[in-house]
Amino acid sequence: MTAYLRVDPIACSGHGLCAELFPEWIELDDWGYPIVDRGPIPEELLVHARRAADACPKLALALRAELLR
Amino acid sequence: MTLPRLLAGTREDRPLSLVEHLELHGPGPPDGPHLIETVERAGLRGRGGASFPVAVKLRSVARRRGPRALLVNAAEGEPMSAKDAVLLQSAPHLVLDGAMAAAAAVGARSVVIAIPDDAEATRDALRHAIGERAANRRLTVADVPVAYLAGEESALIAHLDGGPLKPTVVPPLPAERGLRRRPTLVQNPETLAHLALIARHGPEWFRETGTHAHPGSALITVSGAIGWPGVREIACGAPLASVLDGALEPLRAVLVGGCHGVWIAGEEIEATTLDDIGLARHGGRLGAGVVVALGRSACPAQELARTVGYLAEQSAGQCGPCRNGLPALADLLAAMVAGRAPRDSRRRLERWSRDLIGRGACHLPDGSVRLLESGLRVFAAELADHEREGPCLACRRNPTLSFTRARWNVAA
Repeated sequence: MTAYLRVDPIACSGHGLCAELFPEWIELDDWGYPIVDRGPIPEELLVHARRAADACPKLALALRAELLR
Repeated sequence: MTLPRLLAGTREDRPLSLVEHLELHGPGPPDGPHLIETVERAGLRGRGGASFPVAVKLRSVARRRGPRALLVNAAEGEPMSAKDAVLLQSAPHLVLDGAMAAAAAVGARSVVIAIPDDAEATRDALRHAIGERAANRRLTVADVPVAYLAGEESALIAHLDGGPLKPTVVPPLPAERGLRRRPTLVQNPETLAHLALIARHGPEWFRETGTHAHPGSALITVSGAIGWPGVREIACGAPLASVLDGALEPLRAVLVGGCHGVWIAGEEIEATTLDDIGLARHGGRLGAGVVVALGRSACPAQELARTVGYLAEQSAGQCGPCRNGLPALADLLAAMVAGRAPRDSRRRLERWSRDLIGRGACHLPDGSVRLLESGLRVFAAELADHEREGPCLACRRNPTLSFTRARWNVAA
């Protein structure tokens, strides 16, 4: 399965936990909001991606099977 | 190839009546799902800004189950566009014909026409036209506030359903879940007017004007340093220069596509055509057909800064990147133009812009970045001058771009 990380930008409030947990894929902009790599996540990094998504206090980060936009 | 098509026989003082409309265009053909294939062969693309293939949208709503809806998006949030208002005030029956035909083709039972709440002439024209037609129980006219995002379809749907005028996260697309959670076809009024004529005359007729890749005609709103600003109908692919014949002075640049458009430098005008392919070279598209001429006496740096400032104000403030990023871009650009910005500002502006792309629920950040990056390219010299020396003499002139609606005339 190819997986992608997707942010719901309305729900996201910039806690920044995701960037701490998955810095290989997520960095924060100058205001603390995540910039997420849009590419497919390699198998070996999936566990980090899942942890980052699960940690989001706003449920704004999701792991998806397809790139929606 | 005869133009105008949509504006044929229209008058400036009042809308065409139903009788006049039928005399001009003849009665519409019987409705039905075959229209979708006809529209596909015509190659009609949406005229609201995104140039999306109309048949694809029709099909995606037609195949849904349950009650469906049609939303005619006449909000015309782009402040430098007036073509939808002019069309609805001149040929309302053409739009209504297209709306009814599209509704029948996708199986939509209700039709809502959303217009700006200050558009009295449009409302009057529509009300009168609806009254002239039989069996219009499903047709309603709804008001939306005047705002850039009023035309953003998810925001428009949220507002019409009683919520705030703010975009929602996509997906679901309106075709999946729109007005009152029903699958909803959202189309621009001009698109529907073309559709009404395609239903009558067929796809081959539609393709007799325009280019192969971008067939048909288009309504264009021309303003700025132009002797006779207004709305006119062109063949898609017409030279950009052909709508600038009323230029009042040599032009520094032309903005094509409005606040989310791109700048075409004066020396590029001759080589540019008004169609999606011709404008793709500049990173733009015909979109809603907004053309603004910027004269050499204007200050392009100032105009660019004002436009970005306007767009920042139009943010719904829901998404962090847009809420923080757009005002930051606007403020930094304003400081650069005023000669008050730190040295590395241009690089910071470019980094912030790049980082914003694709990070909003709607395309407000993306479109704003497109306009800004285009301006940074085309007006690089003027911006560098302002960064070094501060405001120029032209900075104090009355600005060319206007973000408040003006009154417009048809200049066919």
